[in-house]
Amino acid sequence: MIVAEQKNLQEIRRMLQGRKKVLALGCGTCVTVCLAGGRQETAALASSLRMASRIDGEPLAVDESIVQRQCEWEYVDSLAQQLEEYDAVLSLGCGVGVQTLAERFPNKRIFPALNTKFMGMPTSHGVWEERCIGCGNCILDKTGGVCPVSRCAKQLFNGPCGGSEDGHCEVSKGTSCAWHNIWQRAEALGMVDALMEITPPKDWSTSRDGGPRRIVRDDLRLPGEDTEGKA
Amino acid sequence: MSAPAEALPASAPRLKSGSNLERVLAAGQFAVTAELGPPRSWDAESIRRKITLLKGYCDAANVTDNQTAVVRMSSIATALLMQPEGLEPIIQMTCRDRNRIAMQSDLLGAAAHGIRNLLCLSGDHQSFGDHPGAKNVHDIDSIQMLAMVRAMRDEGKLQSGSEIKGGGPPLYIGAAASPFAHPTSMRPYRLRKKVLAGADFIQTQLVYDVAAFREYMKKVVDLGAAEQTRILAGVGPLKSPGMARHLRDNVPGVTVPDALVKRMEAAARGIDESDKEGRRNAWAAEGQKICVELIQQLREVPGVAGVHIMAIEWEQAVRPIVEAAGLLPRPVVDGA
Repeated sequence: MIVAEQKNLQEIRRMLQGRKKVLALGCGTCVTVCLAGGRQETAALASSLRMASRIDGEPLAVDESIVQRQCEWEYVDSLAQQLEEYDAVLSLGCGVGVQTLAERFPNKRIFPALNTKFMGMPTSHGVWEERCIGCGNCILDKTGGVCPVSRCAKQLFNGPCGGSEDGHCEVSKGTSCAWHNIWQRAEALGMVDALMEITPPKDWSTSRDGGPRRIVRDDLRLPGEDTEGKA
Repeated sequence: MSAPAEALPASAPRLKSGSNLERVLAAGQFAVTAELGPPRSWDAESIRRKITLLKGYCDAANVTDNQTAVVRMSSIATALLMQPEGLEPIIQMTCRDRNRIAMQSDLLGAAAHGIRNLLCLSGDHQSFGDHPGAKNVHDIDSIQMLAMVRAMRDEGKLQSGSEIKGGGPPLYIGAAASPFAHPTSMRPYRLRKKVLAGADFIQTQLVYDVAAFREYMKKVVDLGAAEQTRILAGVGPLKSPGMARHLRDNVPGVTVPDALVKRMEAAARGIDESDKEGRRNAWAAEGQKICVELIQQLREVPGVAGVHIMAIEWEQAVRPIVEAAGLLPRPVVDGA
């Protein structure tokens, strides 16, 4: 899932300076699961903003709402009428959600309440870790199911740097060394020989380096839509 | 040591770069490399001062590439100041700051200026340096870099496969190895991988535990890696007991036996705490003495072809260490 965390309240308040009536809008998918922008978090943030504005004597009306997925037209389209009464939306969606709203509602200011962090998973209560950067060309078959592209600080393809110690990465003691994990799994699975081969330079054009990415699947296009993916 | 102007044996293989370091190693001489850290400024004089401390006491000197991710004068620019002074540079290049385009471009330029030695590194992470908010590159890793540079040199081809007009740059290609870093069982294999990728020579992380290093080298030799490359064991004089403890406790991949820490602690015993200079000098003398002993022990380890002396910001220590280790004068080996 996409993992995000809330910006601090002061930053959010600075963004909203001068606004009179704002809709705090949560998202019912990834950020609900990672406890950053679901119904509860949206209600708590809206309440904090109302309280802070009362204390400072800067009247700010904040209502709260949630859609199931901020990243799909069909879910955000239903907001059109509701949004008319607000002079801004504070999105508790990920960066995709914020941009979906901005694209759908070109005359409305949309502000991000979250910092979108990574694609990852909860590894224990209150801990989330990155697992994928979406490089567009998966190599997990070669690395025993552990990704060095997302989990090695130097994105090494041919083994650990000298900073691996006791299974941890020197950049952050709380982070395990991806190559330590890869090696351990290779030893356990009898895959060591595969790691002896030199992995050649990666073609990064499938990653963000090739420019913003899109997928067009002709088999899913509707009659009358062109293959460029334009409706 | 050998007399000057010793010629290469007739059976010697054709040289890849003709660098002094390559010639010394190809002639079977025990090589000595040192390290010259560029300044955090554009002060050419400070480099010339360091050159005088190293010239004649090593076969070539590594020029670090923004080491510990701190901005310093560029490695290649520093190397260009060394060449006319007669101190052969080994430019270091990290994967942190350059993509494959910049790497190849800089290497073609370096070769055009007569630079013949290169050490390929991943690079310290920028979070340890003076610009922790910087974006890193890591387009390719150090092993991919070795293979890329070897193909440039031997096949005259860029990483893209396109031809380099007039042939490839004659570079003597090196890599680093960290024998004691974790996971330790992988380390000999990683060294072999670097050799297979193209490492003509290897410089290791600091070695203080010779017994453990001997075990590592046995594995390296058994894997057949030692005969396909030249391995220079890394050594460095300890400056103080504090430095010994810091290396032991805080630097990944460096182990310092407690016996050496105790020797450093004992070195200034009997010297009054207020006599700071006296204590410093006692520690420095003991640190250099330990370094000389390590060199002598490492020379006897099968597969070791030389030493790499890392006396960071302590270049004055290199000459006395090399001299006491019986490695002066440095051999002069005829060119290709």
